[in-house]
Amino acid sequence: MKPTVKLESVTKVIGKKTIIDNISFEIFPGEVFGFLGPNGAGKTTTIRMLVGLIKPTSGKITVCDFDVRKQFVQAMQRIGSIVENPELYKYLTGRENLQVFSRMLPDVDEARIQEVIDLVDLTARVDDQVRTYSLGMRQRLGIAQALLGRPDVLILDEPTNGLDPMGIRDLRQFIRKLVDETGLSVLVSSHILAEIEMLADRVAIMSYGKIVQVGTVKELVESLAPGVDWRVDDAFKANEILSASPDVQVSEIVDANTVHTLMDASKTPSLNKQLFEAGVEVWTIERKVQTLEDLFITLTGGDHIA
Amino acid sequence: MRNPNMIGLVQNEVMKIASKKRFAVVAIILVVLVSMFTYAQYRDIQEQIKKQGTLDWRVELQQDIVDTQNRLASSSIQDEFRQFLEFDLKQNQYYLDNDINPNYPGAPTFIRIFFSQGLTLILPLFIIVIMADIVSGEQNDGTIKTLLSRPVRRWKILMAKWLTTLLYTSMLMALTAAVCYAISGIVLGYDGWTAPILTGFQASPSGTFSTEFVHTIPMWEYLLMAVGLAWIVTAVVATIALMVSVLVKNTATGIGIMMAVLISGTLLTTLGSSWTSSKYLVNVNFGLINYLDGQAPPIEGMTLPFSLAVLLCWTVGALIVAFWNFTQKDMY
Repeated sequence: MKPTVKLESVTKVIGKKTIIDNISFEIFPGEVFGFLGPNGAGKTTTIRMLVGLIKPTSGKITVCDFDVRKQFVQAMQRIGSIVENPELYKYLTGRENLQVFSRMLPDVDEARIQEVIDLVDLTARVDDQVRTYSLGMRQRLGIAQALLGRPDVLILDEPTNGLDPMGIRDLRQFIRKLVDETGLSVLVSSHILAEIEMLADRVAIMSYGKIVQVGTVKELVESLAPGVDWRVDDAFKANEILSASPDVQVSEIVDANTVHTLMDASKTPSLNKQLFEAGVEVWTIERKVQTLEDLFITLTGGDHIA
Repeated sequence: MRNPNMIGLVQNEVMKIASKKRFAVVAIILVVLVSMFTYAQYRDIQEQIKKQGTLDWRVELQQDIVDTQNRLASSSIQDEFRQFLEFDLKQNQYYLDNDINPNYPGAPTFIRIFFSQGLTLILPLFIIVIMADIVSGEQNDGTIKTLLSRPVRRWKILMAKWLTTLLYTSMLMALTAAVCYAISGIVLGYDGWTAPILTGFQASPSGTFSTEFVHTIPMWEYLLMAVGLAWIVTAVVATIALMVSVLVKNTATGIGIMMAVLISGTLLTTLGSSWTSSKYLVNVNFGLINYLDGQAPPIEGMTLPFSLAVLLCWTVGALIVAFWNFTQKDMY
């Protein structure tokens, strides 16, 4: 299968600062691709380069085999996007907004405009001024605008910003349905893990302008060393022994009686024996299921996330 | 029709401006202003009838000439003003000698005076009110991101915006003329389109005054030329405002810059002619109708073709800067 979006060693330098550092990834048809990272990691900058708002310093971006720089018009005809917020003309009505953008696309008529209005369920308010819309309605109008030109790629930058839980659930179902029915590619960025975990088929984790890992949510979680929590009488002594063992990757003291480790779980009995021999009383040993969040924190070095 | 095309893009821009209702605001301001001027004119006429018992323009013009002579006789006036008065005197005398009324009463004369007075400040101000945020407004609202990530090349989008400013310039000229005609006609009457008016006086700041090329043309022809010149000046201001709108993200700052350009222009032209190279500044060349009136230009060596050439150069320069910047810069 050919990718719809392809980034090859894309770098963006502003002044002396490298904002985006040599990133590459591909998105395939029918897939929801999650773009995860803390604020300031470079997600929005990457999306801006993808839609031609800013120029990469080096590297190549193609959309359906069209170079965003050299074949801008063809590439943009295949992308629908919301960058940061659904930026629409507040002093126009919803329908007028769609008319404005339809004149910038090939072959979009009034019937198609009505079709997307129905699709995002905005029929009741579409002839009101956008300034009277709630954030959720603006978000939906933004999606209608993005879908207007029947794109192969839909880009949603932080789409759940400002939505209530109900709105987030609706959006999730909407995107899933859209992908299943039309087979388009969706790129969703977010700094909220739970969201990406529920929404995306594949995830790229970004930190400080770099992509630190790409994979399906399942792959990423499975790649983690499982966590084991030790409840002991003396956490300091236990930590000394555990961190010295080659089978333990990470060992840290949680409180005076708890040590948290990332390790090969099959080595639990032998480590237990070692602790016993050293005179540490082991009360309980608990196997922790790792989440994407643990991976995220490990990979981004505890970079702040919501 | 296959989209996207330029007409559709201009239609978009018109839709955005129309929904902001700025043109309606300008229309209201115009109506108020013109009503005030018309009333002032009306009081003026009443006063004259009371004073002179008649409305003979010859008597009035003669009185004007005598007034001017008296002022010239006093020693306390500045050289530059003296020269201005002398030209005025000669022109009035010429009108009187040829038995032509320079201020034929009627709405068309009102239009002529309004355009000639409003050319360097009011009309450019109106176009700035309508157009100053055409690019910076989109940056403030963030809509520039949606606009520029659509499958239309950036230069086409800016071209549509520029064509829209020219369209609104034309609409502004038509509106101004229509409002002046409709309101002033109530008091002054609606005729006078074919009244003869003199043009072709040649005056220079060094003091020469020539009537060699003077000829009469009907009022409507004169007005057509005057409105055409006003269109050019307003379009130049609109183009510079477009450039400022591209360069400056804050609309208020942009309006401030444009105001500074306009006001410094009127100041420089009245300040005098010592700084001769200031004639290459764009804002010193806005008084195009003066050439038609036969007033002396602010600086020696300025002629209508010269001023047009200077305006053209600045316009082309502004367009190059605007287009280059708009198509090249990163949008955050």
